[in-house]
Amino acid sequence: MKILVCISHVPDTTSKINFTDGDTKFDTNGVSFVINPNDEFGLTRAMWFKEKQGASVDVVNVGGADTEPTIRKCLAIGADNAIRVNADPSDSFFVAQELASVAKNGGYDLIIAGRESIDYNGGVVPGMLAALLDANFVNTCISLEVDGTSATAVREIDGGKETIKATLPLVIGGQKGLVEESDLRIPNMRGIMMARKKPLTVIEPTGTASQSQPSSFSKPEPKGSVKLVSADNLDELIGLLHNEAKVI
Amino acid sequence: MSVLIYAESENGSLRKGAFEVASYAKGVADALGTTVTAVTINVSDVSVLGTYGVSKVLQVSNDSLEKFQAKSYSSIIAEAAKAEDSKVIILSSSTNSKYVAPLLGVALNAAVASNVVSLPKSTSPFVVERTAFTNKAFQDTQLNSEVKIICVSSNAYGIKEAEGSAAAEAFSPTIDSGSLEVVSIDKATDKVSIADAEVVVSGGRGLKGPENWHLIEDLADVLGAATACSKPVSDMGWRPHSEHVGQTGKPVATNLYIAVGISGAIQHLAGINASKVKVVVNTDPEAPFFKAADYGVVGDAFEVVPQLIEKLKEFKSAN
Ligand SMILES: Cc1cc2nc3c(=O)[nH]c(=O)nc-3n(C[C@H](O)[C@H](O)[C@H](O)COP(=O)(O)OP(=O)(O)OC[C@H]3O[C@@H](n4cnc5c(N)ncnc54)[C@H](O)[C@@H]3O)c2cc1C
Repeated sequence: MKILVCISHVPDTTSKINFTDGDTKFDTNGVSFVINPNDEFGLTRAMWFKEKQGASVDVVNVGGADTEPTIRKCLAIGADNAIRVNADPSDSFFVAQELASVAKNGGYDLIIAGRESIDYNGGVVPGMLAALLDANFVNTCISLEVDGTSATAVREIDGGKETIKATLPLVIGGQKGLVEESDLRIPNMRGIMMARKKPLTVIEPTGTASQSQPSSFSKPEPKGSVKLVSADNLDELIGLLHNEAKVI
Repeated sequence: MSVLIYAESENGSLRKGAFEVASYAKGVADALGTTVTAVTINVSDVSVLGTYGVSKVLQVSNDSLEKFQAKSYSSIIAEAAKAEDSKVIILSSSTNSKYVAPLLGVALNAAVASNVVSLPKSTSPFVVERTAFTNKAFQDTQLNSEVKIICVSSNAYGIKEAEGSAAAEAFSPTIDSGSLEVVSIDKATDKVSIADAEVVVSGGRGLKGPENWHLIEDLADVLGAATACSKPVSDMGWRPHSEHVGQTGKPVATNLYIAVGISGAIQHLAGINASKVKVVVNTDPEAPFFKAADYGVVGDAFEVVPQLIEKLKEFKSAN
């Protein structure tokens, strides 16, 4: 089985979010970047397939040279090859087109993306990618088994879950559940050394135009301070929720 | 040229999100000088949509659509968009709508803006405001494609009533049913889902163990609320993953979010910040959640919650 895992390079979840250039650009100053958490669950599931069922695992990222440490980390975790499409990931449609082109050339059976990236939270790339490839697609995927050319996936739905059968090629938008938090791997020294020798191929974008562009950013208004209610006076809390906040 | 919405339903009834999407679409249609058309799938009574600004309903009835299938739903909405010559299509931010939106985007060569929180800032160029960095920021995005798809963040715009009524007509598109097979659906029918809930009661590590979750469940019961939890609680298996909320779990945007024994780590807060009113119960007055909450009780959950349940019961029976 040939697996492609799509990797997004995102600010660590504890990052302070600030903007520069008149609030038009994300300020990367002092921010450390990580593998997008949803993608990391997918990558770890891919490693499981590789080890238990035999599979090759390639990772792909659309981004500038600054994303290479994140891509190398995927190689250190155990991916075989990496591809970087050398372009600014300007919008979901653009990224999906570039990924689709890599996916077509590689002839993959299974393409694992994350349900959404934690920077722009679009949640659009995996579905667009599947549609461009005319492949089956399961979003919010929390479990995946593959047997030959058929897959059984579990999808999270509002208030429950749904089990789906699909034939490969398949694209998933994955999340926690594909593997558990405790299954995530921290690269060891040997992995890091080996990752240096693994191929990281840089290719130029196909040049599709994007459909949207961010114009500016803003931050939420600072919050007013909390109203404390004594634990001995919960009637007051109920009164506030009823009369002031009007939520009960 | 009407603004098209997909009015989501479940078991034949429209979901609350459909009314918010309709209200929002009415606002967009007013700005564009046009009307709102809705597509419904297997809903027999659609007249209520008129109350939220919809003037026409394309009613699809087809037994093969009983189970949701993103591909077939996308093909139906795409055909409706073509029939109506719609340039703006609006969906909710439910799990199913977010599943359909990108497929529809490719079918119609349309840009998709998800998590949109307010009416377009301008319609020419078409600029929408959406959340980014998991609610830590807002981003204005200009959509340049001819057809545009918007997923409205739940509870961000609200439900607004309008004058008028909706004319329904049967619509029978060609359905591309795809090749996925839904084998089984496992859904608690007696519980409110986090996505649909007006109130969410959430528990953290401060509750000490799964055996104490009756506190959270009983509090949720009196409020008609959904239950949720922090990430470590689901990682330790005290609660199912489907209850994990936060940056790497489910987003929560309810009217009232009650956090019990949750410290308020940045990743937790990011995911629940879109909720209108936040209440925290925590023994530690220094817990970061107090900086994000509207109301706080410094106290032991094991004492505060049982009392709160009793008092809420009294309040509910009196009101
Ligand atoms: C990459 C990444 C992603 C993450 N994503 C998420 C996410 O999506 N969602 C999420 O929730 N977390 C997430 N986290 C974890 C997050 O950093 C915190 O560890 C987590 O939210 C803490 O959970 P908690 O508040 O339940 O536990 P704790 O931080 O242990 O807090 C327990 C709280 O309970 C209080 N307490 C103790 N006893 C009582 C009592 N008797 N009565 C009342 N209060 C009591 C304590 O004072 C304390 O404040 C993520 C972390 C990382 C690194």
